[in-house]
Amino acid sequence: MENQEEFDRLVAPIRKTTWRFYAIIAPLIAIVAVGVYAYYVQFTTGLGVTGMNNYVSWGFYISNFVFFIGVSHAGTLISAILRVSGAEWRKPITRMAESITVIAISIGALFPLIDLGGPLRILNLFAYGRIQSAILWDFISIATYLTGSLLYLFLPLIPDLAAIREQQVGGPFRRRLYGFLSMRWKASPGQKRRLKRGIAIMAVLIIPIAVSVHTVVSWIFGMTLRVGWHSTILGVYFVGGAILSGIATIIIAMAIFRRAYHLERWIKPSHFRNLGLLMLVMELVLLYFTLSEYLTAAYGSESADSAWLGSLAFGPYAYLFWGMVAGGFLAPVFILALTRVKSVAWLVTAAVMIDVGMWFERFLIVVPAMATPQMPVSWGTYTPTWVEWSITAGAFAGFALLYAVFSKLFPLVSIWEVSEETPVTEPVPRPAGEEVTP
Amino acid sequence: MTDGKAQGEASDDATPKRKDGMDRRKFLKIAGIGAGAVAVLALGSGYLMNKIIPASQDPRLRGSSAQSWVMLIDLQKCDGCGACTLACQKAHYVPFNQQWIQVYTVTDDTGGTYHLPRPCFMCRNAPCAKVCPVGATYVDPDGIVLVDQTRCIGCRYCMAACPYNARSFNWLQPSYPPEALAHPYSPEDPYPVGKGVAMKCVFCAAMVRKGTLPECTRGCPMGAIYFGNEYDDAVTNSKGETIPFRSTLQTQGGFRWKEELGTDPRVYYLPARR
Repeated sequence: MENQEEFDRLVAPIRKTTWRFYAIIAPLIAIVAVGVYAYYVQFTTGLGVTGMNNYVSWGFYISNFVFFIGVSHAGTLISAILRVSGAEWRKPITRMAESITVIAISIGALFPLIDLGGPLRILNLFAYGRIQSAILWDFISIATYLTGSLLYLFLPLIPDLAAIREQQVGGPFRRRLYGFLSMRWKASPGQKRRLKRGIAIMAVLIIPIAVSVHTVVSWIFGMTLRVGWHSTILGVYFVGGAILSGIATIIIAMAIFRRAYHLERWIKPSHFRNLGLLMLVMELVLLYFTLSEYLTAAYGSESADSAWLGSLAFGPYAYLFWGMVAGGFLAPVFILALTRVKSVAWLVTAAVMIDVGMWFERFLIVVPAMATPQMPVSWGTYTPTWVEWSITAGAFAGFALLYAVFSKLFPLVSIWEVSEETPVTEPVPRPAGEEVTP
Repeated sequence: MTDGKAQGEASDDATPKRKDGMDRRKFLKIAGIGAGAVAVLALGSGYLMNKIIPASQDPRLRGSSAQSWVMLIDLQKCDGCGACTLACQKAHYVPFNQQWIQVYTVTDDTGGTYHLPRPCFMCRNAPCAKVCPVGATYVDPDGIVLVDQTRCIGCRYCMAACPYNARSFNWLQPSYPPEALAHPYSPEDPYPVGKGVAMKCVFCAAMVRKGTLPECTRGCPMGAIYFGNEYDDAVTNSKGETIPFRSTLQTQGGFRWKEELGTDPRVYYLPARR
C-alpha cells in the first residue's frame, strides 16, 4: 500500500469495534426480531392480520417495496452515472452508494414476498410464469438489477480486499472471507486492466438496468385500468422519485459514517454540496412531475379523477398529501436553494425530509387509488395493523443493520481509488456566495 | 476508461493470472454452461408440470366452444332483496365476508335509486387474467373466468386489476362444515380452499354445463337474472321465462358496466327505468 496511514485510517472500523457499535446494533436487532415475529404471526394466521381488505388489497408492504427499490437508485446514480461522466470527486463516496443499492434491493425485494398470500407456492413463478404479467417483468428486472449491483459493488472491492488480506486484518473468519473474495488479486497490469474494463462495462450496463427496474415497478400500477395509476407519467415519475430518494439516503449515510468513523478527510463538504445540488435538481424535476400528474387530472376533472384527487387534497389522505407537498417537496427546495444555509446539517435535514416525503409519496400512489370506489359503493378504508408497522420498522432497522455490518466487514471508502492520483483540474462547482461550513 | 481490444489481447499473455486456473475462456465456458443449465431447468420444470396433469383431466380444458355463457340482468325487476347473494353463498360455501354476487344500491344522476347486482362480469378481455403472473386465473373454453386456487400465489394483482371489485381474497383460513370439506376441489367449484388465495364468482361453471341455471339466477324471486348460451341467442330466468338475447338487448337499451374500458363483459344489463 502506497499510503499506509491512509489505509490504516480507512480500515480502522474493521480492525476495532467499540461498545458504541454494539449499542447501536442491539436495538436494531431487537426491532428486526419484532418484525420477524410479526411475519411469523402473519404467516401462520394469514394476511387477515393486516389492515388490507378486499377494496384496499395492497398497503404498507407494496409502498415499502416501491420505496426501497427507489432508494436503491443511490448507487446507480452516484456511482455509475458519475463514473461514466468522469466526475472524479465521486471516488470516496461510490462504495457507500453502491452498498446502499445492494442492501436496499435486498430489503425491497423481500416485500412482494412478505405480501404474498401463498409464499410457499412461490415456485409456481418458475413453473408457470407468464411473461405477459408485469409481475414477471418485475421479477426479471429486479433479479438482474440485484445481480448487476452485486457485481458492481464487488468488482471495485477486489483490490481493497487483497490489500486487507495482505495486512492480516480481522479474525480467522474475516481473513478467510477476504482471501476468498479477493480472488488472488496481485495488482498485475493485466488484472488491473481487466478490472477497470469490468467496472466500466458494469457502470454502463447498470444505468439502463436501474432505469428499467423502476419503470417496470411503476408499470405494475400503470398497466391496470385504475384511476390514479393508469397514467403514462408513472414510469418517469417513479424513476425520478427513485433517484431523489437515493440521493437523500446517500447524504444521510455519508453524514452518519463520516461522523462515526471520522472520514472527514475523504468525505468533504464539497461532496455534500455537489450531492445537495443534484438533490435540488431532482427535487425540482419531481415537483414538475407532481404538478403535471395532478394538474392534468384536476383540470379535466373527470368524475373518477376528481373523486381520487378530492380524497388526496381534502379527504382522509390530506395530511399525508399536503405533508408531502410542503415538507417533502417545497421546504427542501428552499433549504437546498438558499446558499447561506447550505451546511451539512441543513443538507441532512433536507435529505431526511425528502426521504420521509418520498415514503408518503409511495403510500399515496398505492393506497388512495385502491380506496377510490370502482363500483357505486362506499370508499375503501385502510388502517395498518401492528403487524404491518412492525414489519415496516423491521425493514428500516434491517437496512441500517445490514449497512452497519457491511461497514465492519468492508472499507466504506474505496481505498485504491482514493489513493490513485487525483487530477489537478478537478471541477468542483462553487456557489457564488458562501463557502460551505460543515 | 477501457483499453483497446487489440492491446488487451497482446498483453494478456504477460499476466501471471493464467496459471491460477481461471482464464477468460474457462470463465465464459462455465458461465455459459451455468446459464444453459438454468434455462433447461426452468423450461423443463414448466414442461414437467404440464405433463403431471394429463390433458384429459385438466379442468382448464373442460367445456366446449359450443357454449358461450352470458347473463342478462333486468334492473327494472331487481328489488335489491339479496336472495341471489345468499343462494350463491350457501351453494358455494363462500367464505365469510365475501359476496361473489354483490347487490349495490345506486343513486344515479337524476337522484333516483336502483339496485345493481354485480357477479363477476366474465370479461372476454379479462384484466385479471392478463396480469396473473402464474396463469392461476384463466378463461375456460366456455368463456368463464376461473381461478385455480392450487396455483394462485396470492399476490392480489388480479384484485388491483379488476375494475369492478369482483374479486375477494381469503385473508384468513375459511371455515367449512364437514360436508364441504369432503367435496373434491376444482376451480369450477372452489371449495374447500385455503388462506391466501383469490376468490370470485364462477358462473356456476360445473352446473351450467349440465343444463342447470346458476344459483343466483335460480335464487332470484323476481326473475331479474337471465342466463343462457350466447350461441342459442336465448336466456332464461328463475321463472322459466326464456327471452331472445340479442334482440332484447337491442330493443330494451341493453348495456354493460364501464363498457368504455374495453373489457367486453359477458354480463349485460337492461336499464332500471325505460
